[in-house]
Amino acid sequence: MRLALRELRRSRRRFVPTTGALALLVVLLLMLGGLLDGLYIGSTGALRSQDDELVTFDRSARESTLRSRIEPDTRAAIEAVPGVRGTSGFGIALVGADVPRTDELADAAVMGYEGRVGGVPAPPAPGRAWADRSLEARGVRVGDVLRVGPTRIPLRVIGWVDDTNYLQQGGLWVEPGTWRTVLAESRPGAAVGDDVFQNVWVDVAPGADPARVAAAIDAATGTTRTITRAEAVLALPGIREQNATFTQIIGVTFLVAGLVVALFFALLTLERTPMLGVLKALGASSRQLVGALMTQTVAVTVIAFVTGGVIALGLDRLIPPEVPLVVTPDRAGFVAVGVFVAAVIGGAVSLRRIIRIDPASAIGTGT
Amino acid sequence: MPALVLQNVRKTYPSGDSEIVALDRANLEVPDDQILALVGPSGSGKTTLLSIAGGLLSATEGHVVVGGHHITEYSAKQLTAFRRAEVGFVFQTVNLVPFLTARENVMVAAELAGGAPEKAARARADQLLEELGLAHRAENLPAQLSGGERQRVAIGRALMNEPKLILVDEPTSALDTTLGNQVMALIVGEVKARRTAAIIVTHDTRMTHYADRTVEITDGILAA
Repeated sequence: MRLALRELRRSRRRFVPTTGALALLVVLLLMLGGLLDGLYIGSTGALRSQDDELVTFDRSARESTLRSRIEPDTRAAIEAVPGVRGTSGFGIALVGADVPRTDELADAAVMGYEGRVGGVPAPPAPGRAWADRSLEARGVRVGDVLRVGPTRIPLRVIGWVDDTNYLQQGGLWVEPGTWRTVLAESRPGAAVGDDVFQNVWVDVAPGADPARVAAAIDAATGTTRTITRAEAVLALPGIREQNATFTQIIGVTFLVAGLVVALFFALLTLERTPMLGVLKALGASSRQLVGALMTQTVAVTVIAFVTGGVIALGLDRLIPPEVPLVVTPDRAGFVAVGVFVAAVIGGAVSLRRIIRIDPASAIGTGT
Repeated sequence: MPALVLQNVRKTYPSGDSEIVALDRANLEVPDDQILALVGPSGSGKTTLLSIAGGLLSATEGHVVVGGHHITEYSAKQLTAFRRAEVGFVFQTVNLVPFLTARENVMVAAELAGGAPEKAARARADQLLEELGLAHRAENLPAQLSGGERQRVAIGRALMNEPKLILVDEPTSALDTTLGNQVMALIVGEVKARRTAAIIVTHDTRMTHYADRTVEITDGILAA
């Protein structure tokens, strides 16, 4: 191992191109992952923050909150299903919001709720809203009166909540009456009556099987489709496609990282074959030489990850706030593990060649 | 106990339906303080013999005993440990590890062996470099050394683990006569000082007078 580290230290220039290439791939992976996470978080927070396990849509809405309507009698039928402990009404209106001190409209999602939303306090008084902190970047301050929708309905921001956006629109959490007013003013054709919601979130009783409860709800109402929170998140427009696209790009980038390491160490091993033959002749075991290769692979990966991470963090500060880039510790950990695995597999490509090096090659044979 | 005993050692390589005989029924005994010069033309089998004696190649037939070790039956792993502890090599092309200093190159076998405390190994390496006139070059990399200095480091590396048998492959082939004589004198001096056995392979008959005994090999057959 010490031999391997000495070579890294003293033949630094030999390792710089590969470490640099790997660091750039780490930057790319962190950026891609950060964009994926930013898009995902910014699109799904309103649903992920719900406390309840199940959500019911009108069947004809095809799992779209904006198209769905749940009438009071349907809600009563849901609440009567065994395994249902309670329900919470929920609805969304997508609007533009005039922000004081700015000329531009901020995209907002006004969400009417009855409670049971993680991280969001109890519904405020009419005309008031808890605002998602992402709106701060659009110039919103606590105490501001935002004017939303075409008729500029006033909403006073009374505090911040985190990670509650819907389809990249800043969350404004209001009591149901305010939401109905905003919806009716902004999309008159979609207006709903008193006690009508777009969704009903279902609190499943402890010990009950959510899948059975969901099936029982849909059987009891005959007009609904009940799915889990996770399924509802994936049913949001574009989320599944977005995840699949980014995942494929990230997968290919990991593959390229593995190939870079594989190619570099294959060439290095080829170039070092005479020296490795000498070391074997002097008593180095294949295990020691393989260990040295793996040590160098890990060291190159660690240096590349740290370098790439620093570059990515620097870029993160330069990127405008409207770009949905969120580099989380989980994502950094995923990239670190992914690059490490790709590099180790890449480095392992040279193992066979190292094992097959004949110590007799150190002095040649047949003379 | 002899440093090396070869009994009816044969080494063949398959070649289509036939075989090529690189070493044919070789019998040789080298006492533990003897320097033996092995001479012969290219392709005569002298490097094959050296490789078998050093545990780099396995004999096809016969018995090989080095310092009491019957290496004929050794596994690859056992041969690796054997080479590390019992044999010192000086290669034709020197082959120092380019990113290690002169001292570290001398210590490399000890480092591969693992167990030896670094302080003791370092002291021994410094002592060897002192004897070889390289104390002032201990921190230099091979690229900063002359050809003769590199050859001396290689000799130090071979002596580091106090081997029972030192195998030297064409030590003067890349050197002019003057430097060749200096290197041979150095090798012989160091080997004699340690009362160690050595086999020096050479095709340069001008160097054979440094050896206690000269054996010729032709077409894989040792001269009687």
